[in-house]
Amino acid sequence: MQEEEFSSKAYLDMELLRFTTAGSVDDGKSTLIGRLLYDSKSIFEDQLEAVKRASIKKGNETVDLSLLTDGLRAEREQGITIDVAYRYFATPKRKFIIADTPGHVQYTRNMVTGASTANAAIILIDARNGVTEQTHRHTFIASLLMIPHIVVCVNKMDLVDYTEEAYEEIKNNFSDFAAKLAVKDVRFVPISALNGDNVVEKSKKMLWYHGGTLRYILENIHIGSDHNHIDGRFPVQYVVRPQRDEFHDFRGYAGRVAGGVFRVGERVKILPSGFTSKVKSIISYTKELKEAFPPMSVIITLEDDIDISRGDMIVKENNGPKIGQDIDIMMCWMSEKPMMLNGKYAIKHTTADARCLIKDVKYKVDVNTLKKVTDDKSIGLNEIARVSLRTTKPLFYDSYRQNRKTGAIILIDEATNTTVGAGMIV
Amino acid sequence: MEQIKKYNLNHLRELEAESIYVLREVAAQFENPALLFSGGKDSIILVHLSVKAFWPARIPFPLVHIDTGHNFEETIAFRDKLTEEIGAQLIVGSVQESIDEGKAVEETGYNASRNLLQTTTLLDTIEKYKFDAAIGGGRRDEEKARAKERFFSHRDEFGQWDPKNQRPELWNIFNGKKNMGENFRVFPISNWTEMDVWQYIYMENIDIPNLYYTHVREVFKRDGVWLANAPFMTRKPSEKVEKLRVRCRTIGDISCTGLTESTADSLEEIIQEIAATRITERGGRADDKR
Repeated sequence: MQEEEFSSKAYLDMELLRFTTAGSVDDGKSTLIGRLLYDSKSIFEDQLEAVKRASIKKGNETVDLSLLTDGLRAEREQGITIDVAYRYFATPKRKFIIADTPGHVQYTRNMVTGASTANAAIILIDARNGVTEQTHRHTFIASLLMIPHIVVCVNKMDLVDYTEEAYEEIKNNFSDFAAKLAVKDVRFVPISALNGDNVVEKSKKMLWYHGGTLRYILENIHIGSDHNHIDGRFPVQYVVRPQRDEFHDFRGYAGRVAGGVFRVGERVKILPSGFTSKVKSIISYTKELKEAFPPMSVIITLEDDIDISRGDMIVKENNGPKIGQDIDIMMCWMSEKPMMLNGKYAIKHTTADARCLIKDVKYKVDVNTLKKVTDDKSIGLNEIARVSLRTTKPLFYDSYRQNRKTGAIILIDEATNTTVGAGMIV
Repeated sequence: MEQIKKYNLNHLRELEAESIYVLREVAAQFENPALLFSGGKDSIILVHLSVKAFWPARIPFPLVHIDTGHNFEETIAFRDKLTEEIGAQLIVGSVQESIDEGKAVEETGYNASRNLLQTTTLLDTIEKYKFDAAIGGGRRDEEKARAKERFFSHRDEFGQWDPKNQRPELWNIFNGKKNMGENFRVFPISNWTEMDVWQYIYMENIDIPNLYYTHVREVFKRDGVWLANAPFMTRKPSEKVEKLRVRCRTIGDISCTGLTESTADSLEEIIQEIAATRITERGGRADDKR
């Protein structure tokens, strides 16, 4: 471990990148994650010893890196829901959070969950098989969830003799397909996760490739613009009223900035009341700040005494969100119990709670062919559909495309209280 | 020492913002939450984050310590000082009481530990005070099994974790809805690693027990781990007591807290040591080796 690179001060200035990896065991996803962790020296000796023991037990001659993360088989045996696993590693430049999701069609809900918080998606393609239905599905979900950056890893290059032609063909096929979707930033890298080519170390077998390694790409993707810094949105999460003498008249609105930049002295509007006021102070513990931007958690105080509670939203005076009770969403259904058309569900949107009625299914999307299906209104587990909702009270929202925070909702089954649907407002 | 780039938070500030958001969600969504305080660094930063989340108001939940009775003295002194400083209510659930009431049975033998008995006392304490959310310092990087844990982790009316009833967590929308008698464990620092915790302690200059810094202590070796020589620890004849310069990498019940040979007496040195170490944090936990 390079100690000097991990000096206390350097580490304080690292950025955080969250990425998701979708793929199946067959694509070498576990091997790739194992390789990233191992070559970044994020694997400890006791963990490696355990993997060595397991590899020998399985009769392998070399250490099987996929065992570092692979609990999949054990989970199948135990019948536990296969799920999103979060993994962590750091390089001297960035800290990484991996949302590791299984890639088969029956795990669409896990992919959607993992994608919801990601800045980047790694899409794995087996160089021997090229772009497949699974590639289409993963890319579609990444675009639906508006993951800002996509890194296509063409894996198993060792099995196609590291040829540039094989890589170029896949790259072209993928680009043709991606042109139909809302993906902005796509990069490609030819790798062999098994042998470590272009994962952390540059490959000596693919001198024709002049781009960076996967780790280099992950370290250098520009994530500074991933948040919406234009449309001021501050969902009020909690009202802070200290019961102590020195702060007797203090009334602060705690929340996490969901969009835009709020500055002291600026005029703001409160929804739903429509009253306007001025930002008196922005507080982070004992510090007073001049401004707050996403994803900061702060407390805002206002010049005027207005009745504000959780679920209200503080916005810029001349730049408000949409307000309404009839909204259309793209929804991924997450429950084994099918969606009830005309059924009622609880809905959560930013810090607001309401109930809603499912009025209509406009179409559903075949996640493999991306074709719209209009003659089937039944929505089951892992299906994605465009749905119309009517809410019991107005929501203050933006389209998901404009803001991933104020454009997202979840639906909750009122009988079991479980989360059954994830929606992106159209 | 810390620079905010234009509209960009460094990773520690981003993790902090996420944890504060989760803590405020707990205060908003639950009627009677509590913070589980063990005296270890993870629960200390939970308290620090809670103070930050609600200031200038006091933290809107009590601290709950599940006391095994087998503590380092410093832990209890630190706990009492901290709760007084922040003006929080402290509730102590006693494992000794659970044993006396016959609800838990003391383990016997050389490796006897009260670590597992804590669960009984914890569930009893939750039931007694009718807590509907218990905030804990669990992190997903601690071990493989935690990698899938939620921020809001649902428990049924028996206090059990049912894998079938765990809810998907999307964006930053947390679903804390529950039926009567059910409750939640909430893990606001899920996304922090051991390194993040230390760096944050350093950045924020957070007070931690002296046990984390190097000190001379009587220790003996068992299964390759140094353990403290305390009155209620039964040694095997072959286990010789030595005096060494050690420090704790984690702090828990004394019977299973492994000590690391170390000369680190500042946060910078601890961070260097952790960056260079090749063994996981839990590698020194005696209870994991049993």
